[in-house]
Formats: sequence, C-alpha cells, structure tokens
Amino acid sequence: MGHDPDPKAFVANAKSLIEGGADILEVGIPFSDPVADGPVIQAAGTRALSTGATPRKIIDSIGELSSRFTTPIVILTYYNPILAMGTEQFMRNASDNGVKGIVVPDLPMEESDGFRDIALKHNIDSILLAAPNTSEERLVGIIEKSKGFVYLVSLYGVTGPRDTLSPQAMETVKKVKSLAKGVIPISAGFGVSQPEHVSSLLRAGADGAIVGSALVRTVAEHLDHPRDAPFYLKKTIAALKQASKRHGC
Amino acid sequence: MEPLKTLADAYTRFSRDPLFKKELANWLEHYAGRPTPLYFAGRLTDDAQGAKIYLKREDLLHGGAHKINNTLGQALLAKKMGKRRIIAETGAGQHGVATAMACAALGLAAEIYMGSEDMERQRLNVYRMKMLGAKVHPVDSGSKTLKDAINEALRDWVTNVEDTYYLLGSVVGPHPYPTMVRDFQSVIGREARRQILKQEGMLPRSVIACVGGGSNSIGIFHGFLNDADVDLYGVEAGGHDMSPGKHAAPLVAGREGVLHGMMTYVLQNTEGQIETTESISAGLDYPAVGPEHSYLMSVGRTKYVTQTDSDALDAFKQLSQLEGIMPALEPAHAISYATKLAKTLEKEDSIIVNLSGRGDKDVDMIARHFPQ
Repeated sequence: MGHDPDPKAFVANAKSLIEGGADILEVGIPFSDPVADGPVIQAAGTRALSTGATPRKIIDSIGELSSRFTTPIVILTYYNPILAMGTEQFMRNASDNGVKGIVVPDLPMEESDGFRDIALKHNIDSILLAAPNTSEERLVGIIEKSKGFVYLVSLYGVTGPRDTLSPQAMETVKKVKSLAKGVIPISAGFGVSQPEHVSSLLRAGADGAIVGSALVRTVAEHLDHPRDAPFYLKKTIAALKQASKRHGC
Repeated sequence: MEPLKTLADAYTRFSRDPLFKKELANWLEHYAGRPTPLYFAGRLTDDAQGAKIYLKREDLLHGGAHKINNTLGQALLAKKMGKRRIIAETGAGQHGVATAMACAALGLAAEIYMGSEDMERQRLNVYRMKMLGAKVHPVDSGSKTLKDAINEALRDWVTNVEDTYYLLGSVVGPHPYPTMVRDFQSVIGREARRQILKQEGMLPRSVIACVGGGSNSIGIFHGFLNDADVDLYGVEAGGHDMSPGKHAAPLVAGREGVLHGMMTYVLQNTEGQIETTESISAGLDYPAVGPEHSYLMSVGRTKYVTQTDSDALDAFKQLSQLEGIMPALEPAHAISYATKLAKTLEKEDSIIVNLSGRGDKDVDMIARHFPQ
C-alpha cells in the first residue's frame, strides 16, 4: 500500500520487494471505501490516509522507484480518486512517473471504454479483473480488452490471506487460461499468501501469482519498528519467487 | 457483475409476471397495511398559515416506515430466485427491521449489517431486529454508519454470492437496485396522486420528502413526475452546519463521483476520498444519493434543499403536539421545510409531505434534546 505507514518506509519496503525478486510491483493508492478489500488492506489504507497520503504524492514516490529500478510498477486503486483528479491528468501523471499498468476493481469492463482509451494513449496497461463466476461471454471480452495481463480473482470474496487456496482457484485458472489461448498472461490473486499457493496456481497454468495482503500484513506487524519490515518482506518475497522458479517463471 | 446481471434478469422477468405482481399486492395490502391514508393536517396548516399540508402516512405501515414496500418485493424475488440467505445493510434500523419482518414472514434467514455508531443511537431497532430472528453484525470500519454497513454487506455478498441475496434498502448501489427499489416504492406516489385528486379535486402545488439514499422521495416523486406543475422538493440533512463533515447533503453540497457501484453526487474531498457525514437522523446519514435524484436535479425536474438537526427537532415537536403524530427524525426534515414553504404559497394550494416513518425509534434521542 502506497505510503503505508509513511512515505519513507514505503519506499524502503518497495525497494526490498524489488530486490527480493518481485517481477511486478503493485502499489495501492488508498480509498476511504475499499469494498473489494478485506481488513488487512483496509487498515493499511486508513493508516496511509491518516498520514496524508494522496494519489499525487504516492505517484511521486513511484517515480522515485521507477527511476532506480526496471521492475514494472502497476497501480491498484478505486475509480473515485482517479475521477477526482481527472482520468486524463491521472494517467499523464502516472505515465510521467513510470507507471506501467493500472487495476481498478470497481470499474467493470462494461464501463471502461473511455478509461481504457485514455490509459492506452499514455502507454499504461488497463488490467481487467475476472472472477470465478464470470461468464464465458464476459471472459472473452475481458481477455480481449485487458492489457498487460488478466487479473484473476481466485475466490469468491475480498482480498486477504487465507490458509489454503479456494476450491474454485484451480478450475478458474484452467478455464481462463484455455480461453486466453496464450494471447495474454493470466495472474491470479486474492487469498494467495504462501509459496505452495504460488506453485499450485502456476502448475494449474497461471502465468503469475499476486500476493498483496500477506505483504501488507508484514508491514503492519512491524509498525513499532518499521525499519525491520524490509528484511522480512525480502525474505517472504524471495520464498514466493523461489516457488515460482520451479515452474520456469 | 455476474450476480447483478442474474438479478437484473430475474427482476425483469418477475416484474412483468402477473402472478408475482398479484402476490406482492396481496402482501402489501394484508400484511403491510396498504393503502396508507393521505391525511389533511389541519392544525399544522393553521399553524403554518399558508398552503394546505397533507401527510402521506407511510408511518402507519407495518414496522413503522415505507421500507416494508421494498423488502417485501425483494424478499419475494429472492425466494423466487431460490436464495435462502438474505443480507441487508441498515442505517436507522428501519430497513433492517423491515428486512427481518419480510424474511420472517417468508421463511428466509436474515443477517443485517449496521454501523456500530448507528447501533448505539438506534438501540431499540437493534433489539427489534433480534426479536424478529435476524442476526445483527456490528460494523466498526470507517465512520461506523450506513456507508460502512453497505461496504460490509457488499463484501459479504461477493464472498457468499452463490446462496445469498443482497436486499439493498435504498435507490442506491449498482444497477438494477436503483430501478428495482424505485419501482417497489413508487406505490407511494401512485396512491398519493389518486388520493389528492379525490380529496382536493386537483393536483398539489408541491410534493416534499426527505432524502438520504432517496427511496421514499423517489417513491412519492414518481407519481408526479409527469405533472409538470407539481414542484418536487427533496430535503437533505443539513446536520449541524454546512461545513465539510457536518452535514449529509450530497445533492446540495457534493459533486459527481463513484461510490458503491453508482455514479452520482457524492460528498468527497479534493482527492476523491469520501467525506464523513453528520446528521441527527441515522437514516439520512449517507454521503451519496440515488443516481436518479442526481439525474432529476440535473434536468431541473426536482429541487433539493437542506434542513438542520435543530429544524428537524423543532418539527418533531410541532407535529407531535399539533397533530398527535410523532414523525421519525428523517421525515421531520421534510415537515420542517413544508411549514416554511407553505407560508410562501396560497391558501388554496396544497402540499403533500411523505411522512416516511414514525418516531418511536427516535424517542431516546429526542429525550436527550428535550429533557423535560
């Protein structure tokens, strides 16, 4: 989560994840009412907002990271903060600071045409989401319109670490993968926290696994000593990366 | 999106089904107590010294508010769709109570999300929901009010989507909710129009209703939308004052935004974060409003004003003492504006106020403000 718990600690944490082997870094821009998120990410958003985080300031921090590292950075936020800045200005600002993609969980494919056009103009990938109950008809549309990758929600529910992958996860990965026909990569997230989750998803055919809350929780566990967080983040991401390597990623 | 499509399809199918319509009409008449009277408030009119004030008595419905019109409709729909578990959000608790009642009557399980601050100020309704067999989940996130209860209900719904029906209580949220809830509530306006024509022989000059999410107001407005000479006024919560965070008036003081799957007027800061709201009435304490209100305002068909907490308290007292009717604090905002508007109109004119709920639930709160 961008600027959780504060801008300086965020940059240090992000750096540790990049150095630990993250292939893509997803940075959250907090929204007051994150309906797709569970308690871990909600709390992180509240912490960031309470110390004055804004989309502009977080995008500036991303600029700082993208000038030093080549790992692609994508933004995850809700539609209203984008709309408040103006989609055009938001994308220009993001693009100027090296942002490569954007995920907006409360903007469905059907409403996204204008948004995707503006993103495309600024060379930012609009990454669309698909869920276990998404119909084949919509999946085809999502695969066609999504850029960068398709963000596969691996369960029924909100973000947050779970002990095991959902029963729908593998089946959904296989279904979407076969429809995608190799045209666009599929990355699965929501409830993915353990190295064995990553290897199971990749074994089922996913091209990537997205870990969010488990890392945000690590940040939350070190609020008293934020300088310790990067060490643990690096360790966690390295283990996750290790699990993915066994599948040639 | 998929569950919304399924819901929209089911609603389209059943709303055209004569059997469904007949069944709902039956429940509304014999269970909820429709039609509700249109009452000429003679002493309130004399006191205001202006246009005649009529009250559409939704407070007399089973449960004490207009909410049952919608919960019966949606609970019947849920049952037809084969869902057994119903979830709902509630602000003042009226929608929660109406959901619990409809579910009990139709043999469905009800779970209600309610902000912990609202639970505190509407304790009586929490107890009523529990007595009616519903499970009440306190919501401690954000401002701990209606908006947060909706967030939590949405999270529950995406998690348990296969067996759960989300029974939204107002004309807010993603399609088809604003349309569906409006249709179920427009029985208010249909009846009121027929009744005023019978009692006055002519249409009213104005129709007034309070606006939180906007279901009782859209319900009564819809009966008069095509009557261009009837002015339609929505009264939002002016709260303490009009500074940010101290009121709940998105149409008067908000701007375009996206919240809870709808594009509408929203109270928000410059970065697009949703503002906290404040109102003495939990049912109006919401930072957005049904998108149809935003549309009607933008085309100039409806007007929106605010009345403060203290205006509402005064109106509560006035209506109680002049008419022997204790209004809920939500419609007390509308009563307050009606008495002011009446003074500016002719004595031959009439005004209809939607008295959307009764005030029993607010007695605790009132007692704190009027200790004697």
